[in-house]
Amino acid sequence: MDQLLQHGLNALMLGGTYALLGIGLTLIFGIMRVVNFTHGELYAFGAYMMYAFAMLVGANFFVALALAVALGVALGAGVELVLLSRLRGADIDTTMLVMIGAWIALQNAEQLAWTGVAKSIDNPFPAAPLVIGPVSVAWNRVFVFAVAIVLIAATYALINRTRLGRAMRATFQDRDTAALMGVRIGTIHTATFALGSGLAAAAGALLGPVFVVYPTMGDLAAAKAFAIVILGGLGNIAGATIGGFILALVEELGAGYVSSGYRDAMGFLLIIVILLFRPTGLFAQKERIG
Amino acid sequence: MKAALTAAWLALLVTLPLWMTNQYALHILIVTGIFIVAAMSLNLLLGYTGQLSLGHVAFFGIGAYASALVSLGFKVQLAPGVALALDPKPVWCGMLAAVVVAGAFGWLIGKLAFRVRGAYFVIVSISFAEVMRLVAVNWVELTQGPMALNNIPPLALWLPGVGEHAFWKKPENYWLTLGVAVVSYVLIRRLVRSRAGRAMVALRENEPLATSVGIDVTRYLVLTTVVSAAMAGAAGALYAHYIRIVDPDVFLFLYTVTMVIMVITGGKGTLAGPIVGGLIFGLLPETLRAAAIRPEVQWIVYGVLMILVLYFLPAGIVPAVRQWWERRRGAAAAAPA
Repeated sequence: MDQLLQHGLNALMLGGTYALLGIGLTLIFGIMRVVNFTHGELYAFGAYMMYAFAMLVGANFFVALALAVALGVALGAGVELVLLSRLRGADIDTTMLVMIGAWIALQNAEQLAWTGVAKSIDNPFPAAPLVIGPVSVAWNRVFVFAVAIVLIAATYALINRTRLGRAMRATFQDRDTAALMGVRIGTIHTATFALGSGLAAAAGALLGPVFVVYPTMGDLAAAKAFAIVILGGLGNIAGATIGGFILALVEELGAGYVSSGYRDAMGFLLIIVILLFRPTGLFAQKERIG
Repeated sequence: MKAALTAAWLALLVTLPLWMTNQYALHILIVTGIFIVAAMSLNLLLGYTGQLSLGHVAFFGIGAYASALVSLGFKVQLAPGVALALDPKPVWCGMLAAVVVAGAFGWLIGKLAFRVRGAYFVIVSISFAEVMRLVAVNWVELTQGPMALNNIPPLALWLPGVGEHAFWKKPENYWLTLGVAVVSYVLIRRLVRSRAGRAMVALRENEPLATSVGIDVTRYLVLTTVVSAAMAGAAGALYAHYIRIVDPDVFLFLYTVTMVIMVITGGKGTLAGPIVGGLIFGLLPETLRAAAIRPEVQWIVYGVLMILVLYFLPAGIVPAVRQWWERRRGAAAAAPA
């Protein structure tokens, strides 16, 4: 029972960052109809920027985190303006292939810039874990979880409470009508991609100090983000949030009770099973799949 | 005229090992040829039915593992007391097994994955390949995991007048690869020009319309996937018995990407496209390596090239050249009048 509780707590802590990754990807797909293969690279970029500022420049841990996220937003906006803005109206396969090209170029640029050696980032939290009854959790994980929850709440507020968010939702529902009502679709696309990329970079910058930073770290993150998004239904933000926690739980339990070697396979198996039995995801009703 | 040109091309390709004695160049050509077969099989799905399958390397890897395992023999414990064992079989049995097993997986995946389309299909196909890779890493009893399957024997055939002959040398492997490539090419050509091929193109262009005139969409998609998977499996088997070592990295997504780049650059949905694209991207790495360029830079070049091709030659090289040629001929025909 204690073991089960511990797995549950671990899953909760990890689920926050998974949800961040998933929300970013699902926003971009929902609003822009772009399957974003660079998502994992933005995650790795966030982690490397965290490393650069916290370890190389020697900036304060929290300042480094903020800078990494800000640069992730900027890189996302750059990718959208350079690559995607001229593809508006192109079919989904073309944009997907362009994103794959961008993903390969970005990943290898990272490998070139930082070499293949894994880097670790120090964190300012006490090494002794927080003990709650029978379970315990490291302080840095608590911090990661807390920041993730704040960012998720901020994203919800942005989408549901601001003018930009309303324009995003309008674009999501019907792009042409939104354009007719005076929504600048180009600006919305750039903002969406920047926001989604910022969330991915935040996830990377948060998890970088927990694990280690290496050039291909984005691949696994992207794969997990896809699993989460499929779980929740493409374009469904609430679905992605819950999906992040579900994937973390499935992985945690799978690694604990089945086989730790297959930990990373859980996400993929989940995708396949979900698509066989509920192709629109667990929560979606409207998304067309055929 | 056209037949003569084809014959000349074939003669050039067949006699190539006789006058090109550079063994390293021959090696590059063999590996390129294997990837061209894989790219041709992907083109069937990507180009003719319009399904962006990004898990294609799974069939290639399954073929490589199936062929290697049948020719090496294996013994696995499926459940306590239930063991599955196979003694080593001749390599041609392994290659046959590769085609059959990959085809069977193609059937299964086709049945399951075509319940969804578009982005969902893409993600299912990637997931399938990743699961296969993780199985290859973790099922050590069968696959040796990251330790890889070593000492895979080369193909040995009984040839009249020679007796039992093993394909150790490069020219022999070159001819073998060329043979498989030609057979694949002819098969694909026959398939896409048949009724089934027209059905594929119809459902690529407009699926609801194709369904409305009575084309059984799922049936044709599954049929294409089986053929395509079996062909990729054959390429995987060639790879296993030529390189003679197979590890879980054969399932890497980057190989799928390589095949996709070959097909897109050459021209998807054309017979010559994967061959042209395959030659470019099979030989390009060697050219870049000769220029002392690091592999990371090479991949960056790949990625950027792919984006540029999609922007400026969205149909690929072969259709662009054909269009240019026809326009020129049209101009030449119009000039005397």
